[in-house]
Amino acid sequence: MIVQLIDFLRDRLKIVVWLCYVGLALLVAWDLVFVDKHHAHTAPEHWPLFWSLFGFGACALIIIVSKWFGHCHWFGGKFTIMNREDYYDK
Amino acid sequence: MISSLWVHPALILILGALVLPFIQRGPLRKIYLLAVPCLAFGFMYFMEPGTYATMQFMDWQLTFGEVDPLSKVFAYIMTLMCIIGTIYGLHVEEDAQHIAAWIYVAGSLGVIFAGDYLVLFLFWELMAFASVFLIWFRRGPKSMATGYRYILVHTFGGLVLLAGIVLRYQATGGDISFTLMEDVANPSLATYLIMIGFILNAAVPPLHAWLPDAYGEATVTGAVFMCAFTTKTAIYALARSCAGMEVLIPLGVFMALYGVVYAVLENDCRRLLAYHIVSQVGYMVAGVGIGTAMAINGSVAHAFAHILYKGLLFMGCGSVLYMTGESKFSELGGLYKKMPRTFVFTLIGGLSISAFPLFSGFVSKSMIVAAGFSEHLYWAAFLLTLASAGTFLHTGLKVPYFIWFGKNNCSNETWEKAADPPANMQWAMGIAAFFCIFIGIYFPYLYKMLPFQEEAQHYAKVVYGSYHLSESLQILLFTALGFFLLIKKLAPEPTISIDLDWFYRFGGRGFQWLASKPIQSVDNGVNEGYRYLGLIPLMTAARFWSWFDWHVIDGVVDGIARSVRSVGSQGRRLQSGQLQNGLLCAASVVAVILIVYVMN
Repeated sequence: MIVQLIDFLRDRLKIVVWLCYVGLALLVAWDLVFVDKHHAHTAPEHWPLFWSLFGFGACALIIIVSKWFGHCHWFGGKFTIMNREDYYDK
Repeated sequence: MISSLWVHPALILILGALVLPFIQRGPLRKIYLLAVPCLAFGFMYFMEPGTYATMQFMDWQLTFGEVDPLSKVFAYIMTLMCIIGTIYGLHVEEDAQHIAAWIYVAGSLGVIFAGDYLVLFLFWELMAFASVFLIWFRRGPKSMATGYRYILVHTFGGLVLLAGIVLRYQATGGDISFTLMEDVANPSLATYLIMIGFILNAAVPPLHAWLPDAYGEATVTGAVFMCAFTTKTAIYALARSCAGMEVLIPLGVFMALYGVVYAVLENDCRRLLAYHIVSQVGYMVAGVGIGTAMAINGSVAHAFAHILYKGLLFMGCGSVLYMTGESKFSELGGLYKKMPRTFVFTLIGGLSISAFPLFSGFVSKSMIVAAGFSEHLYWAAFLLTLASAGTFLHTGLKVPYFIWFGKNNCSNETWEKAADPPANMQWAMGIAAFFCIFIGIYFPYLYKMLPFQEEAQHYAKVVYGSYHLSESLQILLFTALGFFLLIKKLAPEPTISIDLDWFYRFGGRGFQWLASKPIQSVDNGVNEGYRYLGLIPLMTAARFWSWFDWHVIDGVVDGIARSVRSVGSQGRRLQSGQLQNGLLCAASVVAVILIVYVMN
């Protein structure tokens, strides 16, 4: 049953993606129009779309910074954090 | 001696473990395996707050049973997880694996109910000692070395803790009670050492590298136990003794982010989950550092939820490893057709850890972040929120996507072997998944157990408020958008990530080098020196004495012998054997003597 459901959705991937975008738009609309923000602690939280941009920015930042950190050649180019699997076996 | 009849759940597990080898194989053994942790849970469940099992030992009053809301909620989740973990490992035939796991849990429960530092230390070491077997029993090519690294790191932590306890004992004039240390605002060396002993087990950087090293290498069931007990017992110890210690806030925030960064780089799914333990425990450490009632509630609630969802995630990825023999993203992919139930269970764990509404993490993690905002620690609260985006990115999206969807990297053999695991493993995952959703929906179940009830009830009113819902959903769903837009950057790479264990791994090699090069050179030098200064004079002396022996001693002895021989031969010549010659000689001699006598 689970497999059929997943296959059903995968066969209609474009519609699923489109529905996801609609979901995101509805979420933003709900936040802009209906959500009571007086519980917010800081000023930026009152900006429209603040948490949406925060989420997207956080995701991009984490991926880019982490990959840079992993691939960067440290200590004069001899050492990378992401290293070959037998690194400790040599 | 024992002040009242009170059965320690740890005692039940230890006795149960010792009796297990005598239980016959078959259905009875499975019932027994289930009954022991259930019995421990039952005894824990009906415990009333109070002080039990005190004992006089030399100068000290030892307390084995300090029961209060804080110890009870931790004991509750530990014994519950012990039941789930045992069900997950019900198919394991080897008694020793169950014994190690139960004694490990007993160590954790012993720490939780400890009323003083001596009892705490005893059980603290029991945990490390028992859990190392859960690594060694994997019996892989790296298991032995990993286990030794694990036990050595924990021995070091134990010694630091012991040093702190001894210094504290001296400074306070004999106080060994395990309660909030009075100087957390202005810590002494003893307080710092005790804290360092605790945060090593909580895997706070730079003392964290043992965790991904060990949990990635443990047995499939062993990792399920290990991911629950060591770090969360440490959180309990910190919450009881170090609440409000400010240095824990930056440490916790740093580790929340550190775990996320390394999780991006990780190719092994169990090591990725291990780095997310570092990240999630960071929230709890930060919560303990904030130290307010709400923050401590948050840390306790998050530890409770975390044990269940992290156990579930380790069970899910462990099932993949158990069935396929693979745990690397670069060797997996597209498995949803083969392991659909495991996928659903793991996804539930992923959504829980990501704090998705209606899942357990939502009602626990947010409490710590909210406590940060309440205390105007905005930097900490925003950075923890940033880390939670990273959590969803990896555990909620990357793990399910690259194992069950994405590019199929499976070899034919892996693909053939892949299937949902045995029924007991699915049941265990099902129970953990149930609790993840149950806590997310019916959160009073968890909130009623928290140590500070007033704050818990207050937070219960706002946790599902529209602002919190909107904030969480925006962060999570826009993180998901970012994931799918940047997915190519996240494609698995067959690498390992070098972490701070480099220092002691190469430190060990450095020691070997030290032993084989400089120390060996010194040894050679000493040998050469000995040869020139000792051996050559000795040989010369020996040669001299040999010469002396030959020429002087032997010369004297031989000379005497030669003289005797010569006298003998002369005598022989004199004694020709003819009687008349002998008589002639004798008569001549007598005549000479007589003449001399007469002449005088």
